[in-house]
Amino acid sequence: MAGITGKDAVLTDYANKLATLDAPKGRSLTQDALRRLTRNKAAVVSIFLLLAIVLIAFIGPYFLPWSYSQVDWTAIRKPPDFDKGHFFGTDQNGRDMLARVLQGTQMSIIVAAVATVVSVSIGVVYGAIAGYFGGRVDAVMMRIVDIMYALPYILFVIILVVMFGRNPVLLFVGIGAIEWLTMARIVRGQTLSLKEKEFVEAAKAGGAKPWTIIMRHIVPNLTGPVVIYATLTIPEIIIAESFLSYLGLGVQEPQTSLGTLISFGAPVAEVLPWMLLAPAAVLVTMLLCLTYIGDGLRDALDPKDR
Amino acid sequence: MLGYALRRVLSAIPIALIAVTICFFILRLAPGGPFDGERALPPLVLANLRAHYNLDQPLVVQYFIYIWRLLHGDLGPSMVIEGFSVSRLIAIGFPFTLTLALTAFVIATFVGLVAGMIAAVNQNKWPDYVLVLVVMIGVIIPNFLMAALLQLWFGVYLRWFPAGGWVNGSWMHLVLPVTVLAWPHAARISRLMRGSMIEVLGTNYVRTARSKGIGQRLVLARHAIKPALIPVVSYLGPGLSYLLTGSLAVEQIFGLPGIGKYFITAALNRDYGIVLGTTILYMFIILALNLIVDLVYAWLDPKVRYR
Repeated sequence: MAGITGKDAVLTDYANKLATLDAPKGRSLTQDALRRLTRNKAAVVSIFLLLAIVLIAFIGPYFLPWSYSQVDWTAIRKPPDFDKGHFFGTDQNGRDMLARVLQGTQMSIIVAAVATVVSVSIGVVYGAIAGYFGGRVDAVMMRIVDIMYALPYILFVIILVVMFGRNPVLLFVGIGAIEWLTMARIVRGQTLSLKEKEFVEAAKAGGAKPWTIIMRHIVPNLTGPVVIYATLTIPEIIIAESFLSYLGLGVQEPQTSLGTLISFGAPVAEVLPWMLLAPAAVLVTMLLCLTYIGDGLRDALDPKDR
Repeated sequence: MLGYALRRVLSAIPIALIAVTICFFILRLAPGGPFDGERALPPLVLANLRAHYNLDQPLVVQYFIYIWRLLHGDLGPSMVIEGFSVSRLIAIGFPFTLTLALTAFVIATFVGLVAGMIAAVNQNKWPDYVLVLVVMIGVIIPNFLMAALLQLWFGVYLRWFPAGGWVNGSWMHLVLPVTVLAWPHAARISRLMRGSMIEVLGTNYVRTARSKGIGQRLVLARHAIKPALIPVVSYLGPGLSYLLTGSLAVEQIFGLPGIGKYFITAALNRDYGIVLGTTILYMFIILALNLIVDLVYAWLDPKVRYR
């Protein structure tokens, strides 16, 4: 019965007052990490710069007067010329360098994105399975990783690309299929400690199957290290792709990538410096941004490490 | 220790065998062969050629022939370059690659250690900032771009060093390639050294040594350097194998007569013998380096031995 002693009325008033007051906001771990990330100036600048590069690479070509494979016979080997719309000059075939750099950047970004997704997915699933089951399964699976580590990585990619034809899809898969090794090791290490936690035990007691436990309980908890390592993998993949293209094993004409552009620009850099400078500047800026973002994420997601 | 070493060596053998097997089958399952030239060979000639190199046998038989020869130290003939065995091509090209990689390795390790130490002692002062910048440049710029920039600047504009090519016995020709190879390695070493040195300089025993009134130089020499080296040692093995594979690219860029040139040409020509031989050689080197690092680690840290 309400209101006999008047105590309930007081309590209700108090409860209403509390409800209207601004309660101190709780902060989740993600919000904490975001705050730390936004406080890191280098990382924030890098994120914006990288976003700008990605946007320009994908939208920019629609606003250019020239396409990347179009030949301008009146401007062959010409330095930047704003009247004709060759903002970065032209190459030996009279193709607009800005259009080619944008197309090359697109290609490098696509390769990096696809190869990263491939390598992260393989690495996470493989590492989580090895770590979760442990024992003999773990020993065999990690031995396989050891063996693949012993294969000379770049030779292996060269063999793959040369033997199975130069198609970009293979390039993605080839690079991605090799970059997953370190990811698998990191994930396995984390899983080994995660699987001893109470919530995994609770899930087991609740009758969850191993696959469900791995995908629903273990993998989500790996987000931190996986995100950090993935950001650090992207520059490696971009370098690998541009290196293969540099050797003439990657993307084929008339398509291009930053590595191909640099390999064509390097021999003529003395007389046509814009052919080397433009793609080199974009490549270095992208790699620099990714490194700063990776470092920033590491500091943000893993405060213990600082 | 001896038991541990023996166990490690024995466990490396199956790994090597499996890796050889993987390489062999991946190469052979790929489409194309060494004799698919621009002009098709007459069928009889092709058949004879294939029979000569055992390519007409079933794949598994070829595999066992290859392993049998490998166990006798014979890497087989080259299928494209006439009259050369793979071992002979490796003997021609590999010493140069090894010289290049080892020179870069020794210089880079030394420079990296000293730079890392100087930066750690002067933490957050100008030598530290300079080092961070130089390390960043070394890690960020891929080797082919670095090579192009150095060739352009020191080879073409300043004319200090030749931009490429090779004259026997001329160290001038090695300066730029070695710099390109050594820079990233030195950068990583100095970063590791700086980190571990800062950690060691903060430990209690270093503080004790300082409180006894020992000067900076003696503290470093007697107490700080040795423990700070441990994380660096673990990077030396992977670092050297990284330099050896990186050397392939650098040779290609600077036109140097190492194994890299043969390898890339051979891969394009589907010359199974050379591709497989080089890959196996590298694999054994990487395995051996890992083994050595493990053994050095076990020697430094007894806990590893009894795991």
